[in-house]
Amino acid sequence: MNSNLTTREKVAAGLARRRRKEYLFRLTGILATAVGVLFLGVFFATLVAKGSSAFKQTFVQLDVDLTADVLAPDGVLDLEYADFDGLVRNGLKAQFPDVSGRGDRRQLYRLVSMGASYQVRDLVAGNPELLGTSQRLWVPASSNVDMLIKGNIDAGLDEALRPLSDKQVAWITELQDSGRLETRFNAALFTNGDSREPELAGIRGAVMGSLYMLLVTIALSFPIGVAAAIYLEEFAPKSRLSDLIEVNINNLAAVPSIVFGLLGLAVFINWMALPRSAPLVGGLVLTLLTLPVIIIASRAAIKAVPPSIREAALGLGASETQVVFHHVLPLAMPGMLTGAIIGMSRALGESAPLLMIGMVAFIVDVPGGFTDPATALPVQIYLWADSPERAFAERTSAAIIVLLGFLLIMNLSAVILRKRMERKW
Amino acid sequence: MTMTAMTDTSTDNPPPSPVPVPDNHDSATAQDDFVLPEFTEQQTELGDKTVGTITCDNPFMVAEDVNVYYGDNHAIQHVSLEIAKKEVIALIGPSGCGKSTFLRCLNRMNDTIESARVTGTIKLDGKDIYRKEQDPVALRALVGMVFQKPNPFPKSIYDNVAYGPRIHGLAGDRAELDQIVHTSLERAGLLKEVKDRLDEPGTSLSGGQQQRLCIARTIAVNPEIILMDEPCSALDPIATARIEDLMDELCEDYAIVIVTHSMQQAARVSKRVAYFHLGLLVEVDNTDKIFTNPQHKLTEDYITGRIG
Repeated sequence: MNSNLTTREKVAAGLARRRRKEYLFRLTGILATAVGVLFLGVFFATLVAKGSSAFKQTFVQLDVDLTADVLAPDGVLDLEYADFDGLVRNGLKAQFPDVSGRGDRRQLYRLVSMGASYQVRDLVAGNPELLGTSQRLWVPASSNVDMLIKGNIDAGLDEALRPLSDKQVAWITELQDSGRLETRFNAALFTNGDSREPELAGIRGAVMGSLYMLLVTIALSFPIGVAAAIYLEEFAPKSRLSDLIEVNINNLAAVPSIVFGLLGLAVFINWMALPRSAPLVGGLVLTLLTLPVIIIASRAAIKAVPPSIREAALGLGASETQVVFHHVLPLAMPGMLTGAIIGMSRALGESAPLLMIGMVAFIVDVPGGFTDPATALPVQIYLWADSPERAFAERTSAAIIVLLGFLLIMNLSAVILRKRMERKW
Repeated sequence: MTMTAMTDTSTDNPPPSPVPVPDNHDSATAQDDFVLPEFTEQQTELGDKTVGTITCDNPFMVAEDVNVYYGDNHAIQHVSLEIAKKEVIALIGPSGCGKSTFLRCLNRMNDTIESARVTGTIKLDGKDIYRKEQDPVALRALVGMVFQKPNPFPKSIYDNVAYGPRIHGLAGDRAELDQIVHTSLERAGLLKEVKDRLDEPGTSLSGGQQQRLCIARTIAVNPEIILMDEPCSALDPIATARIEDLMDELCEDYAIVIVTHSMQQAARVSKRVAYFHLGLLVEVDNTDKIFTNPQHKLTEDYITGRIG
């Protein structure tokens, strides 16, 4: 009885200190989480602030006369050598008839993007019946005009300090006042490949390149990784050799990715003579990268299958292979798929190994297959970040937003998949 | 056979006996600091011989001089036993005496344990099951097993019972498979409760139902012997009673070897009882003989509750 009382007193005495410790610990946890969320918030806010303007593009409305003399000098529509540029210039001249002198005229022509002439060509090619008519077109403005409209170029600065002259600024204001200048959704960002002109640059080539690469990666790394995990976990005899293999695979998961790029360069490009900059080679290199991750995740998933299920199956007379494929594999599949998706999202964001195998080239065409030269989204971001044009700054951020969007979708699907397929044994 | 005085609680003058008995008979504290008795010299003079009748009429499974080693640990020592067709034999003994180990030898489940090594012969229908040409898969189709904790597959009830026949190719078509599943569930006493929900997962059943599902799964393969490793220890008394009734019916078609901790259960369900102690088979005999007139001192001590 006595001992009970002293216990009570002792517990009561220490209670305050224990509560305080607990409170401090929780406070530390909350603070740490808050700091993390703060950094994340700042990161996303900066990204969105910088990149959201890239989703809009300034367009200029021009009246273009599709004169037959220019477009079909011999009576036949000439899509290759006709002076589409001239037609665009004529449209501009019609807007500002008072502009004279070669210097001023050149400045006038620079208000509109080079892509305008391609737009006219595509229009005539698709609709040859428009020949001889006058069309009102919205053509993309040049990137300097775009930057001025978005406020990235300060019109108040001295003329010598900005890329647009006072006259150009005046013309732009005039266009705006007459309702011939508009900002619209920048579809070119998603439909075009890379370009030297920022207003025409898009991520389509990079996205297709990344897509082909990921297809190769998943087609190779998932079956090989799962098969290797099953063999190592279920069938391999426990020996020093299998221990060595396990240690090596765990190490490979931590190897810097650029080393895999060097390996790819030496083996796939030099020795196997595969085409450089191809998504096939990129996919092979990323397979090497993702394989250890998938093997480790799959082994963990297999280990987690309770031995009682195995014993039940064995007791019924199932062979080892039947136990693995009928019972272990279905139960381990959610973990394996989650590991695969996480491995893929890591592969999607890799750029260092791809630089080594040549996917860093400036490629304008959208790749059509696995052996066409291509680039990947992270590499595209790297290239744009290096470009001097002002307009590429916002486009870099926009491309990062797109990449993060893909990664978010992949990781979200991994979480949903895991939740959906959770079972109770 | 002299019995030490049960009511003698004096600690200063314990009566001499070949087996060390606890100083006081307060069962709780006695078990705490009690050490399982080894065979004394007197007993080993009997030649480490199993008392009683190892043999039986109509032997179906014959174990001869079976030894099991887990690494260096000699878990089962020189056990010889015969099991008849269509009988229920219970293996009893204190914890860690090797009865589950011996049971697992009968269908070569010890093969799955890395450090286990089995010597001696176990003959099923005259052929040694540990010979090289014996395929464990074929053996386990003849010798089924029900485990202590019910472990239905996370599949539907139908697929649970159909799994065995499927992998062994016992059913020609879907209709035959249906037939096998229904019959097995009925014989396991589960059909009435689940016949409307055969597509539901096996894990959605209660503990007792799950164990009956495991039994149905085992008999769907139509084995010759069913091994049961403490099948009722995880169940409540009512579920236990149902399974014991089931065993009564099943023993008309299959031999059943049941490992049990409960002597009452052994007395209820089995025809023969084998008592294991520290890896040795101490006594084998008919149930009534063992429980009314045990021949070995250790058996008697175990049955009367003095050890184990």
